[in-house]
Amino acid sequence: MTPEENRQVRARQKSRAIVTGVLLGALVILFYAITIAKISGGH
Amino acid sequence: MASSPIMSEGSAPLIPAHWRDFVALTKPRVMTLVVFTGLCGLLAAPGQLHPVLAFTAILCIALGAGAAATLNQWYEADIDAKMKRTANRPLPAGRMDRQSALHFGVGLSFFSVLLMGVATNWLAAAVLAVSILFYVFVYTIWLKPRTAQNIVIGGAAGAFPPVIGWAAVTGDISALPVALFMLIFFWTPPHFWALALFVKTDYAAAGIPMLPVVSGEVVTRRQIWFYTAIMAVAAMAPVLLRLTGPIYGTAALLGTALFALFAFQVFRRRESDPARMAPEKRLFKYSILYLFLLFGAVVVDRWVFA
Repeated sequence: MTPEENRQVRARQKSRAIVTGVLLGALVILFYAITIAKISGGH
Repeated sequence: MASSPIMSEGSAPLIPAHWRDFVALTKPRVMTLVVFTGLCGLLAAPGQLHPVLAFTAILCIALGAGAAATLNQWYEADIDAKMKRTANRPLPAGRMDRQSALHFGVGLSFFSVLLMGVATNWLAAAVLAVSILFYVFVYTIWLKPRTAQNIVIGGAAGAFPPVIGWAAVTGDISALPVALFMLIFFWTPPHFWALALFVKTDYAAAGIPMLPVVSGEVVTRRQIWFYTAIMAVAAMAPVLLRLTGPIYGTAALLGTALFALFAFQVFRRRESDPARMAPEKRLFKYSILYLFLLFGAVVVDRWVFA
């Protein structure tokens, strides 16, 4: 792999890691909200 | 746009796919109608669902549709490569390896169904699972490559969202969601065949047995008219069965009359040049507006008269 290809791989991995992190954070908030809704009898 | 891939000697890209290509696999634009009809099923249902749980139900419908679209593209990557309209999708363009798409699609399927079950109820989750399985196995793998009637039965997959939305609230499936299912089911053939009339060159190149390719345009135009007539009955059924009131009744009557007019114009025409198919394109565009109109009317009607 050339240095340029290596740089592209690193950049791609970084952007995917950021998106995965944001999605996991959003899921934590969603599951917390679902739990609160469930225990408050909202179903 | 994702950058061009660095390819290995085989077909798999050496660098990981861009996250935007995973989003592209879910066909976000096609999802709009699915989310809207699911939301309308949810809003028209009697009873109340906590806003967070309602949001989650709609999210699950969207994710399930995205999962089905992903698995469809995983299976059809070779076919997509032959069509101008689809050649730049992540898999045929070589920006992603097929295994990543498969894992993403299967993972998203399980996640959407399990989340639906946990957040709302397991009937809604089961119907969501059936809709994904139906789209992938019955439509994509079985019917689409084999019969020109593929979208007649396969269209059922797109008809499930209002049933899922309804079931998420009520925990059951009654007459109105079934009627809405039938409306989308019989709406799909004229909607899709109008499109197939003016993009048939693409389907022909890929060897997909779309009706205009296999049976010709005259038969396609006749079938569009035939299914429009059945769709009209399905559209009026909620009124005739007293499941909805005059708001939906008026919207359905006027909307369907215009649909029938456009479909009749398409039926009467004999034009094979895609560049001169304005009425066919008009029918296709109007068919989308029509579904939005009728489903919006169902919700307003139920809120006013329920």
